[in-house]
Amino acid sequence: MCLSVPAKILNIEGSNAKATVGGSIINVSLQLVENIEIGDYVLVHTGFALEKIDAKTARETLAMLTSMVEENPEDMIRFIEI
Amino acid sequence: MLKYLDEYRDKDLAQNLVAQINYASKKSIRIMEVCGGHTMAIRKYGIQNLLPPTIKLLSGPGCPVCVTSRSFIDKAIAYSAMPDIIITTYGDLMRVPGTSSSLLKEKARGADVRIVVSTLDAVKIAKENPEKTVIFLGIGFETTTPPTAIAVLEASKIKLKNFLILSAHKLMPPAMAALIDEGTLIDAYIGPGHVSTIAGSKIYKPLVNQYDISVVISGFEPVDILQSIWMLVKQIESGIPSVEIQYSRAVSQEGNLKAQNLVNDVFEPCTAFWRGLGAIPKSGLKLKPEYNSFEAESLLPLEIAEKPEPKGCLCGQILKGQKIPTDCKLFGKTCTPEKPVGACMVSDEGTCAAYFKYNDY
Amino acid sequence: MSTDTILIGHGAGGMLSHKLVHELFLKHFKNKQLAGLSDATIVKTTSHTAFTTDSYVVDPIIFPGGDIGKLAVSGTVNDLLVSGALPQYLSAGFIIEEGLPMETLEQIVKSMAREAKHAGVEIVTGDTKVVKRGQCDKLFINTSGIGKGIENMEHLWKKPELKAGDKVLVSGYLGDHAITILAARNNITFEEEIVSDAAPLNNLILPLFENFGHSIRFMRDITRGGLATILNEICEHKNIGVELNESLLPVRNEVKGICEIFGYDPLYLANEGKVMMIVEQNAAEAVLEKMKESDLGRYCAMVGEITSSFPGKVRQLSVIGGSRIVDMLQGEMLPRIC
Repeated sequence: MCLSVPAKILNIEGSNAKATVGGSIINVSLQLVENIEIGDYVLVHTGFALEKIDAKTARETLAMLTSMVEENPEDMIRFIEI
Repeated sequence: MLKYLDEYRDKDLAQNLVAQINYASKKSIRIMEVCGGHTMAIRKYGIQNLLPPTIKLLSGPGCPVCVTSRSFIDKAIAYSAMPDIIITTYGDLMRVPGTSSSLLKEKARGADVRIVVSTLDAVKIAKENPEKTVIFLGIGFETTTPPTAIAVLEASKIKLKNFLILSAHKLMPPAMAALIDEGTLIDAYIGPGHVSTIAGSKIYKPLVNQYDISVVISGFEPVDILQSIWMLVKQIESGIPSVEIQYSRAVSQEGNLKAQNLVNDVFEPCTAFWRGLGAIPKSGLKLKPEYNSFEAESLLPLEIAEKPEPKGCLCGQILKGQKIPTDCKLFGKTCTPEKPVGACMVSDEGTCAAYFKYNDY
Repeated sequence: MSTDTILIGHGAGGMLSHKLVHELFLKHFKNKQLAGLSDATIVKTTSHTAFTTDSYVVDPIIFPGGDIGKLAVSGTVNDLLVSGALPQYLSAGFIIEEGLPMETLEQIVKSMAREAKHAGVEIVTGDTKVVKRGQCDKLFINTSGIGKGIENMEHLWKKPELKAGDKVLVSGYLGDHAITILAARNNITFEEEIVSDAAPLNNLILPLFENFGHSIRFMRDITRGGLATILNEICEHKNIGVELNESLLPVRNEVKGICEIFGYDPLYLANEGKVMMIVEQNAAEAVLEKMKESDLGRYCAMVGEITSSFPGKVRQLSVIGGSRIVDMLQGEMLPRIC
């Protein structure tokens, strides 16, 4: 449920912002969030920013997953027949 | 590349997580994804085909369209037939069948039903049409409720007299508890990500304490879901159930307090009727008495009763994870996405629609 | 022009109609057949003649990259081309809502004349009706087209014979047209403008016919319902299936972005200047190279293949390696919140 999309804030006017998703620019209301700055990524649901995406945590999770791939001996990876 | 989406659709990361899950999974377990968005992503990316036979995925009631009762649609249709009414709704509700029609059909027959993509669009329509009454159909869980609260506050601020809400807003945790109470056999929940963005991971603590069930709050991309399944497998194998957050880039323990406060200002809990699950106390939200002048049912009372489910339809049991769509005699025969009988077929995210679309059966 | 707005009288057959025909349609569509203004036009055809018709309704009628007139010409021209025929003649029927600014109509008629010239076709017969406000939405156009069957492509006139291993090719980015229209209706803008792909595809398709003939087993323009719907149609009642590879689908980031926002799938989005073709596997690479020589095919891609493993079905291998069934579009695509 609750289709939400990460969008990058391009500019802010009061509680309204323009944000881009892959180059498509949408209007986003900032009424549900605080301390949003240009360049932040927010999750957008029905035209409202729900929350700022925590860039640091996102980086850490990905780094952890990526290092797992690198550490993994080939023979442990059981690819599933598809 | 779409940031915060494509990274989590990486084949190497996904395949590695599949390997980790295979490696870690010993016990046979049943995991329910409560959120329709997860159901959709699981089918779309073919995740269920990548898991070991020890893991069974069940789809829960987390699609707001699926659980919206027929009487709610009947009420919306009854309003749409009144003079000078504009119904505004998210696109998802258009095809949902009421007892004998849908909003899509009523629109084709001349009712003024408009699809909006934001509650603020509905407010705008009310402003632009002072001679009409605009009713917004409020559906959805914790994620979708704050935008409705904003619309009510905005309408109240500018003293709009012609903007009303018909609320079917619902809360997730009471339904998750009710499912277990009714005997749904599951070991773990994949927790709804965006519900938790607003409400915080704290809302699942009582559930874990009371039922010893594992919860991992997950994002919606395939790597997110696989990582969540991996975390659940490890949690269950270790024997200590808890609430963990996989979707940490968007979910905190406390959630979005500003949004929570806005909702608490405008709404209060009430008993809600869930399609398939019946009445669940304190699982719905209605406008507080001070916002009564925006409540459609107070201002324009209707007499429409709840009705029994269509004959033969297993939506109720499917929502509870007790049956799968292929158990239903109607599935794929009299009930298809084109002509849905039960709500699980109506929404693209409904369990039956997802099975129909993405599965061989 | 005597008035600046279309009136019911422009369709009444009197002086206003006469003026409209002469001062607008004849002026822009000038050719010998039309100038005669007889009740029917006599054209020369060959032993194998392709004949097609299509009606065009779109809101808004003018959009980035084109207008309803460009759609009406290129759509019918492309229908002829993908059927293995050289487009020759078009008819144009207009249903106009009273109140349409004359200037708008002229812009659209000019655009039709330009695209017709571009596609090497003549608009040789036509009709105009004006309806009361609310009876149509600004302007509806119907075009029918006649084309000469191209001799070495006669296999395209019949039911296609497809074999396992044949490759599925598309001529470029999917969904640009649908997203342009959606953006125009929903106040969405772009960092770099996305425009409709509407175009007659003569320059893309005719060189392929010339060079590859029988290696091109099947061709279809990808319009409403998108790629998914066409592929499902060709699999129906046949002993073959299609396997698509999600990571090979050419989709612009902007289009992907909008799909994420509204819950759409690019496989179902409409295009107005794209073809899907099924090509014998040994020729596939060469066909792609040839397509890239044309501006219209610069972003072409091989997206999947014909398989005998799951007859009657279209499957897609997801970016992470799982697979799923891709079915036909059910009803109308509606924006979703969940």
